[in-house]
Amino acid sequence: MWDYTDKVKEHFLNPRNVGEIESPDGVGEVGSLACGDALRLSFKLDQEKRIQDAKFKTFGCASAIASSSALTEIIKGKTLDEAAKVSNQDIANYLGGLPEEKMHCSVMGREALELAIANYRGQKVKKEDFEVVCNCFGVTDREIVKAIRENDLKTVEQVTYYTKAGGGCAQCHPKIEDIIERVRKEMVKEAPPPKPEKKKLTNIQKIKLIEETLGREIVPALKADGGDLDLIDIDGNKVFVALRGKCSFCPSSEVTLKQYVESKLREFVSDELEVEEVRP
Amino acid sequence: MKIVYVDNNATTRVAPEVVEAMMPYFSDLYGNASSMHFFGGQVQRKVNEARDKVADLLGADPSEIVFTSCGTESDNAAILGTLDSYPEKRHFITSRVEHPAVNNVASYLSRKGYRVTELLVDRKGRLDLDDLREGITDQTAIVSIMYANNETGVIFPIEEIGQIVKERGIPFHTDAVQAVGKIPINLAKSTIDMLSLSGHKLHAPKGIGVLYIRKGTKFSPFLIGGHQEKGRRGGTENVPYIVGLGKACELAKKNMEDENTRVRALRDYLEKKILETIPNVLVNGDRNHKLPNTVSVSFEYIEGESILLMLSDLGICASSGSACTSGSLEPSHVLRAMGIPFTAAHGSIRFSLSVYNTKEEMDYIINNLPPIISKLRDISPFWKDYLKSQGKA
Repeated sequence: MWDYTDKVKEHFLNPRNVGEIESPDGVGEVGSLACGDALRLSFKLDQEKRIQDAKFKTFGCASAIASSSALTEIIKGKTLDEAAKVSNQDIANYLGGLPEEKMHCSVMGREALELAIANYRGQKVKKEDFEVVCNCFGVTDREIVKAIRENDLKTVEQVTYYTKAGGGCAQCHPKIEDIIERVRKEMVKEAPPPKPEKKKLTNIQKIKLIEETLGREIVPALKADGGDLDLIDIDGNKVFVALRGKCSFCPSSEVTLKQYVESKLREFVSDELEVEEVRP
Repeated sequence: MKIVYVDNNATTRVAPEVVEAMMPYFSDLYGNASSMHFFGGQVQRKVNEARDKVADLLGADPSEIVFTSCGTESDNAAILGTLDSYPEKRHFITSRVEHPAVNNVASYLSRKGYRVTELLVDRKGRLDLDDLREGITDQTAIVSIMYANNETGVIFPIEEIGQIVKERGIPFHTDAVQAVGKIPINLAKSTIDMLSLSGHKLHAPKGIGVLYIRKGTKFSPFLIGGHQEKGRRGGTENVPYIVGLGKACELAKKNMEDENTRVRALRDYLEKKILETIPNVLVNGDRNHKLPNTVSVSFEYIEGESILLMLSDLGICASSGSACTSGSLEPSHVLRAMGIPFTAAHGSIRFSLSVYNTKEEMDYIINNLPPIISKLRDISPFWKDYLKSQGKA
């Protein structure tokens, strides 16, 4: 038996917004009887172009019905731009998570939403423009790439869990492997270079590093504004400092401390540091 | 919560009499049946009594009964043990609708370079015996065909199949896990050479099985070890479970008539009422050759896991051949082999009864099922499309 959360069970047994909106502004339909699940989503906009009402009809298992119900609840009240940002993870999170094997239910929700928005905007998402990778379930490379990127997928098995691709005859597994390799390479290139890892510091190293960081990163910036700062003491992760010059009577000094000094120290020394101001 | 257990093809309740019979062999009578002393000897006698009871249910000779750990072990031992005895023969015949304990052995053999022939079934789940006749060659080492199908309850013409196989001098194995205890079997007058059974399908505990091996059948042990089971299966005898299985076989023989009259009538009643009260339902499998306890029905345009979980919420325990219940993405290989259309394959539900079920329980199901089906059809986009196509909406 699947380990569904109480929220999944609740949305399955009492689904919200079941039905079809009469003369809707947008309709999106994904899946088929053969595939084992399908979702028809329709929505209506209010005068401010927010989603006033959303309804669904779903053929599928408990998590498919619960995901559809969650989707309609999430998008109600949103503008289309806001709704377009809803990811499959948002749907899964709304339900307190889904078993990984069932993540394709949340992806189905996101795809239907995408189609419904495109339908409203008069755009056409044509399957023919993309290569069908998995013939058993009719999954295109576009859907697979999107799922890999949005969910940080690493294996063919995961791609199957999220998109169903590869869940039938398995002939497309080599193709999916190629796509994973290609997309992950692209993702590495796009990602910002990783920050050097912070090592566990001894007390002496920590004090030295705090002094260095203050001298290099913080004091020059304060001096530029006519202020200054002295390190008074360090007790565990508490760093006591006194503000000098202009800073000492600046009403926004607390903000300066918290937001600037602390964040710099955390960035360069340790995430656990807390800065406290010592008043003269 | 009220529990209505109608998933007896998955597993059964251990009969209270069986539990009682087993208990002394955990605590006081813990001897090793192979020991020379009196303490082991008294246990050995009980193991032999159990062997007699199993043999009695099957119409076999006690010397032909080999205790194993489960149905899967029995199936593996029969097929692989026989192939081991005929290393020069590299062809295996089975059906498309076997349990994974045989089905996946077939895939394994295929990967190992064996030629595997899988006999197809028709829309009602029936085999074409001409395919079998044509399929057998001099290279065929063994034929393994299930006695009755676990999902649909369809019973294969096992003696006819055995006759065809026998005429060619080839060993014939049957996975009878779903048949033993539900329908009469008499191996004394049979063409079966080897037969597998599983304890937990007939009110014995999980973890005990039997492989029947007809006298004179060539066989190499699958579990290699001590001299137990006359050298046919190594491993210390699982005494409490063997005693339990003996008791369960004794009860099964006693209950055989009840199973084939009262339980059959309950099943027929359930099936009839479902067909009467719910539209667009198909019954899967040949009605004329079916286990007395099983009914597989498909509800069109909805999905099986949803039905199961709604039933489960009311304490009704059944099973489904839908994709979503198996962790695979495709509906069961049995329904696919039968060519059940997708409109129905995903919405299949199996009810499998036992002698413990009552008419009141059937009524509980019949009262609760129609609203569940109708609720799910209201959620399904295809139901309204269907009604429209029929001019009903």
